[in-house]
Amino acid sequence: MTQEKETATHTVSYRANLFVWLALLILTAVTVMVAGIDLGRQGILVNLLIASVKAGLIVFIFMHMKYESPLLKLMLLMTLGTLTVIIMMTFLDTLYR
Amino acid sequence: MNTSGGEITVHDKHVDYSGAKMGMWLFLFTELIFFGGMFLLYAVYRSSFPEEFYSTSAELHRTIGAVNTVVLITSSLTMACSITAVKKGDTRLSALFQLLTILFALTFLVVKYFEWEAKIGHGIYPGSEALTAQGQGKIIFYSLYFVMTGIHGVHVLAGIAVISVTMAMTLKNRINKGDYIRLENTGLYWHFVDIIWVYLFPLLYLIG
Amino acid sequence: MNSGQPAEAPQSFYYNTGKYRGVLSWVLSTDHKRIGILYLLSVGAFFLTGVTLGLLMRLELIAPGKTVVNASTYDSLFTLHGIIMIFFFIIPGIPASLGNFFLPLMIGARDVAFPRLNLLSWWFYIVAGFLALATVVMPGGPPDVGWTFYPPYSIRTTTSVSLAAFAAFVVGFSSILTGLNFITTIHRLRAPGMGWLRMPLFPWALYATSWVQVLATPVLAITVLLLILERSFGVGFFDPVKGGDPLMFQHLFWIYSHPAVYIMILPAMGIISEVIPVFSRKAVFGYKAIVISTMAIGVVGYLVWGHHMFTTGMSEEAQLVFSLITFIVAVPSGIKVFNWVSTMYRGSIVMAPPMLFSLAFIFLFSIGGLTGLVNASVAANVHIHDTYFIVAHFHYVMFGGTGFAFFAGLHYWFPKMFGRIYNVRAALIACVVMFIGFNLLYFPLFILGWNGMPRRYYDYLPLYQPLNVLSTIGSWVLAAGILVVVINLVRGAFRGDPAGSNPWDGTTLEWQVPTPPPAENFDVIPEITHGPYHREGKAQ
Ligand code: HEM
Repeated sequence: MTQEKETATHTVSYRANLFVWLALLILTAVTVMVAGIDLGRQGILVNLLIASVKAGLIVFIFMHMKYESPLLKLMLLMTLGTLTVIIMMTFLDTLYR
Repeated sequence: MNTSGGEITVHDKHVDYSGAKMGMWLFLFTELIFFGGMFLLYAVYRSSFPEEFYSTSAELHRTIGAVNTVVLITSSLTMACSITAVKKGDTRLSALFQLLTILFALTFLVVKYFEWEAKIGHGIYPGSEALTAQGQGKIIFYSLYFVMTGIHGVHVLAGIAVISVTMAMTLKNRINKGDYIRLENTGLYWHFVDIIWVYLFPLLYLIG
Repeated sequence: MNSGQPAEAPQSFYYNTGKYRGVLSWVLSTDHKRIGILYLLSVGAFFLTGVTLGLLMRLELIAPGKTVVNASTYDSLFTLHGIIMIFFFIIPGIPASLGNFFLPLMIGARDVAFPRLNLLSWWFYIVAGFLALATVVMPGGPPDVGWTFYPPYSIRTTTSVSLAAFAAFVVGFSSILTGLNFITTIHRLRAPGMGWLRMPLFPWALYATSWVQVLATPVLAITVLLLILERSFGVGFFDPVKGGDPLMFQHLFWIYSHPAVYIMILPAMGIISEVIPVFSRKAVFGYKAIVISTMAIGVVGYLVWGHHMFTTGMSEEAQLVFSLITFIVAVPSGIKVFNWVSTMYRGSIVMAPPMLFSLAFIFLFSIGGLTGLVNASVAANVHIHDTYFIVAHFHYVMFGGTGFAFFAGLHYWFPKMFGRIYNVRAALIACVVMFIGFNLLYFPLFILGWNGMPRRYYDYLPLYQPLNVLSTIGSWVLAAGILVVVINLVRGAFRGDPAGSNPWDGTTLEWQVPTPPPAENFDVIPEITHGPYHREGKAQ
């Protein structure tokens, strides 16, 4: 009814799904392996990074975000931004208390 | 339209595909912030008790966690495939994929159940004497472990319920090639539950 | 309720009962207008309940020592008063009642995007309301922790805190559902031609509010859920004995509850931005500035929660940043006040009840907002924290601000909702009485607080008595004003004179449909060709 773009109804192929799944499995293996070697404080950062790549794959392909309108992408970004800011501002207190 | 007692039907029948999807995403945003509150607590307490988190995390069973990760990732695959199937018009195949998703989800919960069972068997659960006797960092870590996996588990359970409904609807052809938004939204929810686990796994099992 | 049907307009939604009859045609209806009225009645009922509790507290405070209730009853009174007023009156107040009724009408839609979720939201609200009230009869007795639920006391007390917290959890769902419904509605269902900058300001305000509802309320949900788990299983997140940090509860609580005050005030500002141009017979001054400041308040308002915790021992770095941002958030609010006043400048002002309530709003909200700046500076905050200065401040903002705006909106849209008009003279008098009573009630509290009278006690030192008596008398005057409003409106709904479809000469879409609106709102969805406050070329 409005000027806004409709969401695309792109069909993700079985092959693409399978590839994402394989990538997720490999990343899971990597994250377990990384945890095996002692990286000290950096360990958790590497693990979080890998988790974020996995989450990104799921969001973009499995959840079709890749094919959605810029509006929806923007909304997602806004939510993630909000969460990040909340966490950072809380640390402003707890870290320097 | 103005016949008295006449039903207001127009807007109920009106299906807005993009609108429904936007609504679902907005709901997922609230879920994200909801879990975000717990992740915030995790972050703050980990920075207060780095050593205890390090040593307590090692007490969790890493292999079991990894197995469950694979199970849940695979359930995401079958969920994604069920949508691909319905878009291609193959509702029976789609229902089959949904059934597989439910089975994987159940597997996840069963594994989780035994994991909890083992901890509780050793007297480790929030408020237990054995746990309260331990150091503060340990209490907090286990509390986070039980609360986060517990609330995540409730979401898995809800997912199973919802996917059962969509599966029945797919079998009755009420979800079909022309109208599959409910399945797609269910899929969005399910993948979201998977994503939460993708973060919980390293944060709880792998920091030791 | 059906006798509220006006003689004219047989196509009105009051006649279209859907597939149910009688009460069911209301409580099971998915028509946004019926749900709006349901919300209006329930929110009104909670408001009157809260007012009664407030009057009781004021009565207790008329003299030092025990007057009518003992200390623990008083604790329950302010807790219930706070919970009811915040979660059941002021947060859902404007968006869920007036917003529900008028958002679709104002943007040229037939309903909201998810009518059934809309109904579900009302049901959540009602269930939560009953849970909250049920605490009174529960074995542990009503909660006595304040509406803020602060641990460690809230973990230890044996009163029914868990039930009250669960009620807050459920009503949060209701709020979230309204929010996501409105966002989707505004994105998807605007009439053709209604670009973003042709949308009236009330929908804009609801849009910003809805985002805050969606992005903040889940934090409340998880916070109270953790509190319940803490009480039931002893998880220890907020228990210092177990390594938990009570301040983390305060952080989480205010991460929701501060944005929540913008959930309260933004829709109120939206109403004022509708009323003032109509009764000044002018287009609103600085439409874009109001839109931008609305969004800015939504964003910046999210980042100031720490100012509730200045005295808790939070880090100085955090105090600095939160204090600074709090000052910044005053700027967009100031811009709006400026815009409203400029709209009135050289307008031909019609002093109808909605306008009078709006003027009262501007006055009271300005006092509330400016005293907020006093609170925002850390040094002054240490002096007045937890005193009656704070009580006065938030009543000025929430009641003098949002409450008066709610009444302004109610008097403004009443003819459209019920097809009849209340007694205008009585409404004007009631507004003046409320205004006088309000200031008598709350202004002395600023002085008392500044002189050191702490909040949340049933007792005080004798030297504080004179101003307390004044305040209690004010509460009676205010109550009298509210009573007149209620009687006048109820009478108007049933017996008032029929109102035309556009009694105030409004320019926005809701005034272009018949009164009361037909079930489907618009026979033909209008094509929008100009801004919302356009006067000369008023085509319809
Ligand atoms: C006739 C109307 C009202 C009266 C007489 C009244 C009176 C009071 C009094 C005496 C207190 C307790 C002060 C203390 O001991 O600390 C209080 C607290 C409070 N009031 Fe009101 N009030 C009224 C309306 C409202 C409205 C409309 C709202 C919100 C929109 C509101 C929100 C609150 C809140 C949040 C508290 C704090 C509760 C707590 O300390 O946990 N009140 N009010």
